[in-house]
Parts: sequence; C-alpha cells; structure tokens
Amino acid sequence: MSDRLRVKKTYKLYVGGKFPRSESGRSYPVASPDGTELANAALASRKDARDAVAAARNAQRPWAGQTAYLRGQILYRAAEMLEGRAGQFAEELADATGADPHEALGTVEQAIDRLVHYAGWTDKYTSVLGGANPVAGPYFNHTTPEPLGVVAVVAPQDDPLLGLIDAIAPAIATGNTVVVLASESKPLPALSLGEVLATSDLPGGVVNLLSGKTAEVAPHLASHADVNGLDLRGVADADLAASLEAAAAETLKVVRRPGKDGNALDLLRQWTEYKTVWHPAGMAAGAGGAY
Amino acid sequence: MGSILSGAEAASLVRALPGVDAVGLEARAAGLSTRSVKTTSKAWAIDLAISMIDLTTLEGADTPGKVRSLAAKALRPDGDAPSTAAVCVYPSMVAVAKEALAGSGVLVASVATGFPAGQVPLDVRLADTESAVRAGADEIDMVINRGAFLAGDLERVFHEIKAVKAAAGDARLKVILETGELATYDDVRRASWLAMYAGADFIKTSTGKVGVNATLPVTLLMMQAVRDYRALTGVQVGVKPAGGIRNTKDAIKYLVTVNETLGDDWLRNEWFRFGASSLLNDLLMQRQKLKTGHYSGPDYVTVD
Repeated sequence: MSDRLRVKKTYKLYVGGKFPRSESGRSYPVASPDGTELANAALASRKDARDAVAAARNAQRPWAGQTAYLRGQILYRAAEMLEGRAGQFAEELADATGADPHEALGTVEQAIDRLVHYAGWTDKYTSVLGGANPVAGPYFNHTTPEPLGVVAVVAPQDDPLLGLIDAIAPAIATGNTVVVLASESKPLPALSLGEVLATSDLPGGVVNLLSGKTAEVAPHLASHADVNGLDLRGVADADLAASLEAAAAETLKVVRRPGKDGNALDLLRQWTEYKTVWHPAGMAAGAGGAY
Repeated sequence: MGSILSGAEAASLVRALPGVDAVGLEARAAGLSTRSVKTTSKAWAIDLAISMIDLTTLEGADTPGKVRSLAAKALRPDGDAPSTAAVCVYPSMVAVAKEALAGSGVLVASVATGFPAGQVPLDVRLADTESAVRAGADEIDMVINRGAFLAGDLERVFHEIKAVKAAAGDARLKVILETGELATYDDVRRASWLAMYAGADFIKTSTGKVGVNATLPVTLLMMQAVRDYRALTGVQVGVKPAGGIRNTKDAIKYLVTVNETLGDDWLRNEWFRFGASSLLNDLLMQRQKLKTGHYSGPDYVTVD
C-alpha cells in the first residue's frame, strides 16, 4: 500500500452553530505535554468573543423558552453522540494531557455520565430550588429560578473535557447560553466537543467555544455588558482573576471565583436568579371571579 | 417649490434617462462598504447618524403613550448624545408628537397619502395630507402610486406628487419610491427624477413595510440622481434611506456613501435622514462602547 497522505483536521472555533476560523485568521500550535506538536488551533481575539456573545444572546431566549423536557432530551442526545465517539475523545484527551489511554477513556465515560446526570436535572431543578412560599396574606406566593442569560466560562486549564462539561452542562441545563474560552494549552478536546454538540440538536449559539490566549480574550468577556455571568474556574493567575473581577464589577454580572466548588445543585443554582410572584388569590375569589 | 414642467414634459424627460449600469453600481456600493471608520471619526459618525434619524413608529398598535415615550427618546437619546432629527408617526399621532416635542428642535414627520400602499383615491390621500399638516406635521412622507408607475402612467404619478406637494404647503415633502416594489434600477432612477421634477424636497427609499427595504446600491443610485438634479437645476433635494438599517456599521456605510457621492453639502440632517427605529439603540450601544472601552448590551439602552 502506498504511503497515504493523512487528512488532518483543522481545529476551528464553534460559534453560533458554525465552525468559523478566527476573525483575525491567526492560529497557534498546540502540543502535547511531551512536546509533540498535535495541531494548530484557531487563535480567537476580541472580535471572536464579541461575535460569540452576540450568538449566545440571540440563542438564549429561544433556548430558555424550550420545554425542560426537550432541553433534557438534547443534553441526553449530546451524551449519546459523545458515547459514539468515546474512542476518539479518549485518544485526544490522552494526547492533550499525557494521560494513560485507558485512564483517558475512563474520563470520557465520566464526562458522558455527567451529561446524562444534568439531562435529568432540567425538569427537576425548578421544583427543588423554587416552590410555594407561606405568606401572611391572601396571596399565592411562589418562587422560580430563571436563567441569568449569557454566561462566559473560562474553562479549566488542565481538565479539558470533564472540567469543561462540568462548567457548561449546569449552565445550559438551566436555560443559559454559554461562551467558553477553552483551555489555552489543551483546547483540542473542547473544539472536538463542538462537533458533538452541533450534531445533538442543540440550537446554534447555545454553546460557543473559543480557543486562544486566556489573558488576551478573557478581559473582553469580563467587561462585556451583555454577559450576565462569568465563571473564572480556569483562571489560575490570581492577578488576572482579580483584574477580571474588577472589570466585571463595572457591569451587572454574577461572578464565580476560581477554586469555588460545589455539588450539582449548587452549580445549577449558580446561573439562575430567583423570581418571586405574589399572586392575589383571595381578591379574585372575593370579587366573584371565576378564578 | 412647485414644478414648472407639465406632466408630459416631465414624463418624456424621465423616459429619456439613460439606463443604469447595475454591475457598476453594485460594485461601487460594495467598494464604499469596505471603508474602515474608527476611533474619533467613528464617534463623530455615530453622533452625526443619531442626529439624522427619523425615529419611527408606524404600527397599528401605536398609542399616545408610546408616541410620547418615543418623543422623549428622540429628545434625549442617552446622556450627552444629540437629539434625533425627527419622529415619524401616523397622521393620527401627529398632535401627540407635536405636543411632546414642542419648543425643541426635533421635528414631527407624518406619513400620509394612504401609507403604506397608497391605494386609496387621490382626494382621500390629499385630505390625509392636509389633516397631518393641520395637526402640526413639519414634514410629510408620502408614498407614490406604484400601481400607476409600474403601469407606465408617469404623468399621473407626477400630477399626484404635485397635488400632494400643494396640499402639504410649507411642510417639507418626502416622496417614498418604495424601491422594493420597483422592479429595476432603471425604474428607481426614473422614479427619483420624476419625484424631483414634481417638487419633492426629499426622496426616500422605502416604507419599511415590504420585504426589500433600503439597500446601499439603491440609495447610492438615488444619491447620484439628487447630485445630477442639483447640477442641472440648482435645486438641492435630500435623501432618506428607510427600513432595514439596523446597526452602526450599516449606518456608517451610508454616511461614507453620502460623503463620497454628494459631499459635505448633504452631510447634515437637513439633507440626509435615516428612517429607523432599532438603529438608534445600536448607535447608542456603540457610543457607550467608545466611551467606556467595553462592549455594551441591550440591558443598557431603553426598550422601545
């Protein structure tokens, strides 16, 4: 057999359901921990972050308006798709982190299970977090958690798949849309995850994946007034984290600090805000209404 | 200014106009779209664009309250941003808008003549115009009779525009060609000249109520028409693209085109307007971006 020239994959961004190159056309080499060059990834800039936020904003209202049941099905579908490509992801993960291939497959399986876990939460978290409140008056008073809107995530640097799923699954399960800045040195599993999400009936723009330099792009996401939540879990540099928090403070934004941990319910609660409604129950009845 | 031409003269002049080089026109428009306008020039362009907006609400659901809030926004869009040029409403809302804008420099424009189709008898269209002027409209946005135009009855279109011009009195007359319904660039050129011969103070692309609204090539073509008309007659006519201009980038493309085609004489709101509603918020967000250095969002401008 002749030596076939391998067709190598171009790792591109995932924005608004499409796979664009970076706006600037720049890319950067990605290597495994032992120095083997793996591929070139698109180097996202400020403008890619801007486009991603615009795509996430457009997608947010329709996504939050879908039934919880459908959101759960779509997340489950993403798990199905990931299961079908578990081998490819295990290989990419092993290349990216230098982990043992068998161990990497275990991590991929954990990521799949994590998706299924959050798929189950979509129609339950509102009942668990919200509820009817006892009030001293003729009111039916109830509280429901609602999505914040657009959440920007700086993904974990050393846990490029499971850590990423951990960050985005609870956010999108609750009806938010996300703009993710993938691990700077290990972005390839995240960019491949875009292909999984694109074939999972997940509407374009619900998850947007950018690869690039954290210190270059994150400040634009932190200061962006149309971003409602900021997850700094992947920011290792304390000075950068502080400056991002300061930039976020100029706008109305929920910030999750690096290192903060929690269980699934805490993570689901993270990107919601509570709406409490006072419904005048007695008045309608008293007025003889059909209510 | 009333026209000194007869209908037959105007129609024959218009019919003798040369055809439009469509490929050249679109290439020119595309070329003008590539200019990069940044920093202080961009800030200047944004403020200029804001001052050129006819802030428009033309819905069946318009209420006096909505028109008053629109007027308040036109007066003071955001912080130190300039006022818009005018608010544009239906005739029934002119009195409300006039009261809300009394004493300010912001004008009240009213659509009239059976907007948007114009498919009502001429006496009704003239009465519509007169009542809008009586209610205090400073500007009248009329629609041409596209049915007659497309049937080739240019004289009738000419006489109707003249009649509306007379009914509008001192109010400036903007003539809407509804270019989305005129099939060809040649028709747009003919309609532009016909409207100008009949005494239009402004020619306007669209009502915003059909599928195709203002496009840059069509607006460029109309700009060329007003430029040539002034060269021929000495009379300056304004241009107003309307509908479909939703963001700052588009607005700046139009301003570049005005500057390159018509020059400084038209680069103010007396002679160039944007018919728009959602454009203003995008301009304000871009303005905030330039001031604060970070991207703004729809939560930081008013909901209209």
